[in-house]
Amino acid sequence: MTTGFDAVVAGAGPAGSAAALALARAGRSVLLLERGEFPGSKNVSGAAVYSPDVLEALVPRFWESAPVERVLTRRVICVTSEESSVALDFSSRRFASPPYNAFSVLRPRFDRWLADQAVAAGAVLLCSTVADEVLRDGAGRVRGVRVRREGGEIAAPVVIAADGVNSFLARGAGLQRELTGHDLSLGVKEVIALDRHTLEERFQLEGDQGVTYEFLGSVTGGVAGGSFLYTNRESLSLGVIVEIASLAEHRVRPHELLERFRAHPTVAPLVRGGRLVEYSAHMVPEAGQRMLATLAGDGILVAGDAAGLCFATGLYLEGINYAIASGRAAGEAAADALAAGDTSAAGLAGYRRRLEERGVLPDFRRFRLAPRFVMGERIHGLYPGIVTGIAERVLRSEGGRPKQKLLPAVTGELRRAGVPLRRVLRDLWEGGRAFGW
Amino acid sequence: MVSTTLAERMTTVRFRPDHEPHIVVDGDICRDCSLHTCVYVCPADLFTLLSDGSILFNHEQCFECGTCYIACNREGAISWRYPGGGRGVTFRDS
Repeated sequence: MTTGFDAVVAGAGPAGSAAALALARAGRSVLLLERGEFPGSKNVSGAAVYSPDVLEALVPRFWESAPVERVLTRRVICVTSEESSVALDFSSRRFASPPYNAFSVLRPRFDRWLADQAVAAGAVLLCSTVADEVLRDGAGRVRGVRVRREGGEIAAPVVIAADGVNSFLARGAGLQRELTGHDLSLGVKEVIALDRHTLEERFQLEGDQGVTYEFLGSVTGGVAGGSFLYTNRESLSLGVIVEIASLAEHRVRPHELLERFRAHPTVAPLVRGGRLVEYSAHMVPEAGQRMLATLAGDGILVAGDAAGLCFATGLYLEGINYAIASGRAAGEAAADALAAGDTSAAGLAGYRRRLEERGVLPDFRRFRLAPRFVMGERIHGLYPGIVTGIAERVLRSEGGRPKQKLLPAVTGELRRAGVPLRRVLRDLWEGGRAFGW
Repeated sequence: MVSTTLAERMTTVRFRPDHEPHIVVDGDICRDCSLHTCVYVCPADLFTLLSDGSILFNHEQCFECGTCYIACNREGAISWRYPGGGRGVTFRDS
């Protein structure tokens, strides 16, 4: 058995690397395990890093050294029907200067860089190593992990499970329930290379600035979920994210959804002339508050996707920042517990306290109704068509046709779709409870 | 950009398969299943329904996403774990 580390962190994604960095900075010896060939090699996401202040707290002015792709200054939220779309297009010059609002990144590069920060601070990174389960002592306390290598037991007073959405460690430690197809979504993604000049002209971008698009409606063909298109330096990341239960029910293949999305009349011209660089897929923990893990046990903390700390509310689509915030909090709490000589669940309680104080858990509580609301059948399957239908009724110019005022256009479209007004009012009320007040 | 077949798409990804499969499908359980959800949800299209009702699974081009075992409603039909360290899929540009 290998001993001698104060802490072992499973998973060198953003959560694990932030945890290892915090522990190393506190003067603790920490082993960071990664099952892939290098950090980020198993990871997939949009990927936008929101709330850069979370990362800046760890690495000041990180954007000067980190492999960020573009500064995101514009966000387009688009509802679609088969032939049309209605968009809310927000941009701000304020987002273009420090401290910025978000960056696009490519995970194999970004995660590798963040893990390098932990290594530079003194963490020991061991790649190509799978942590299969937690080890326990006679009293049931976690005291290390079993890895799939020769002599594969690594003992440490604290384990931080940052092993991602399929967290065998959190489940094995009894800290996460069995997840279902209603808790998890599948994301399928393509990276499409596009020469820089074309990309910047097409998306009306100044220099290093970038844009994200999110789509709701016909692009997922009735399956609960949405799709996205983010700009990188010289490529586009585009993908479809759908609830697994809904995907199974519709019996549609994920790559066909992606194809359908790319062919949509609003999307196709944005992608034209590009060259496919990589196809990828990953699961996303999207249920929010109702799937959060028990965050601490005796000798163990759970962070990032492993804890369900992914914020998929439609309005906010964030995960990397919560991974970094929770990893850092876990690392600091573990360092405190080690200093106090108490790594029991009570001794590790500083983790939860930090997540409360830094706003992570309050975010999940406040928007606890949002994930279920946005996955509702009418939200992605019905209302996008109604919204585009209303726009078409109002905006279509047709000689000899009496022009409609707004209200008859709305009621006419609801009638066509067969949705009673009281149903709409109830959904508005529920949406208000999820997002409004 | 013209449409792409899944086979073309899969050539963009690097796989270093593990010697032994990290996913095991219990054919006896599958034969009694009428849904065969795994066949539809896999983003790499790795599950094939055979004429005798059993399932053929190829582990070599697996993204390790876990969707198959989450979507499968048959207890014990799909045993799932990660491939050995450094094996399996490696993303380079995502």
